[in-house]
Amino acid sequence: MIVIIDYGAGNMFSVRNALEFIGVGCKFSDNPDELRKADKLILPGVGAFPDAMKMLDGRGLTEVIKEQARVKPLMGICLGMQMLFDKSFEFGETDGLGLIKGTVELMNPADLVVPHMGWNALEKETPCALSESFRDGEYVYFVHSYAAVCSTANVAAYSDYGGKIPALVFGGERESVFGCQFHPEKSGGVGLSMLKAFAELPVVA
Amino acid sequence: MLAKRIIPCLDVRDGKVVKGVKFKGIKEVGEPVALAEEYNRQGADEIVFYDITASHEGRGVILDVVRETARKVFVPLSVGGGIGSVEDFREVLRAGADKVSVNSQAVKNPAVIREAADVFGSQCVVLGIDAKRFGNGKSGFAVTLNGGRTDAGLDLVEWARKAEKLGAGEICLNSIDADGTRGGFDIEMLDAVCAAVNIPVIASGGCGKLEHFGEVFEKTKVSAALAASLFHYGELTVGDVKKSLRDRNIPVRD
Repeated sequence: MIVIIDYGAGNMFSVRNALEFIGVGCKFSDNPDELRKADKLILPGVGAFPDAMKMLDGRGLTEVIKEQARVKPLMGICLGMQMLFDKSFEFGETDGLGLIKGTVELMNPADLVVPHMGWNALEKETPCALSESFRDGEYVYFVHSYAAVCSTANVAAYSDYGGKIPALVFGGERESVFGCQFHPEKSGGVGLSMLKAFAELPVVA
Repeated sequence: MLAKRIIPCLDVRDGKVVKGVKFKGIKEVGEPVALAEEYNRQGADEIVFYDITASHEGRGVILDVVRETARKVFVPLSVGGGIGSVEDFREVLRAGADKVSVNSQAVKNPAVIREAADVFGSQCVVLGIDAKRFGNGKSGFAVTLNGGRTDAGLDLVEWARKAEKLGAGEICLNSIDADGTRGGFDIEMLDAVCAAVNIPVIASGGCGKLEHFGEVFEKTKVSAALAASLFHYGELTVGDVKKSLRDRNIPVRD
């Protein structure tokens, strides 16, 4: 059972729709015990970083996510991906979950519009456990103004938008923490295939 | 690099697609959910439902359509028609839409753009504009209401700039002059708005054949092109359009 961490993120229903469509059992929960019982966790997210971290803290979820990310696969989506990093500079400076080394900063692509919104192609970088689920050049759907700044060793795929934007990142002691800057739940077949690959990862005990 | 988007638009009244539909292999002709699935198979980058239901009861029907589509189609869904308040936005987003477009009611109450952007984020606020050539507009184009019948008393370019400042994330610009002519998108009008704002502009109105898509992407900076009847009547598939764009070296999603 995958638990979609419920802290009020707007895209959690789309994530559930996508998982149900590919036949993967899931439920919403903000109960730490449920997070501990889950096989895998998904951290959705749409909106602003400080508010989202505050909502996680307010529900007492920050520590349990950090703890559980060491023993089972976790996928952060969009803002949920950004929250995996050490800190963000969106509206000041806010600490993230610190599961992947790096920061989240405002994009500043020369002559291009921010937000980066629309379909952009994935370019593979460092292989991770989800890398087989997509091909180089396949398009996924992005909507974001801030982007991760981190080591290429943690980047499984980039997209080009006035520079290399980390699109799929991974990290953690067991390399079982994943983050999608794009929305796999809105990225057609490619996104579904990535979610399926995540759902089929071995459960780390 | 970002792909140019191709967006089929479904006009829905009381839960049925209004314009005639001739698709091979689809039995439920006029069923919006089945059509959305078909467009998704063809490679649509986004799907727009435009609710032209007049009655209040019909409102619930479009929400059901969105809810059901969101369980089967995993590309961004956009809903427009009769949107006027933050509450309308909330209702449609909760049903599973990713974007909401507001048109004439934003002319009457521009604050709704800012309110919706503050609550839900600019990425889901699309401003729909129906515009036409008009002598007394500063840019030569005026915003209209009621499908072009009424002059809203606003200059197109000024309205587009104001909407961007208020927090609109995207503009869907429909040219009343081009709409229904099938003579091609309104390059001149689209250019005027693309030059004035720094948010994505969607071209709408006037598309009549395959070449018009290539033309609008080559001659203007629009991010997307929207069409309805061309796709509904089965004259072209989204796949045909993308192939033709790829042949012209315009980036599109496979």
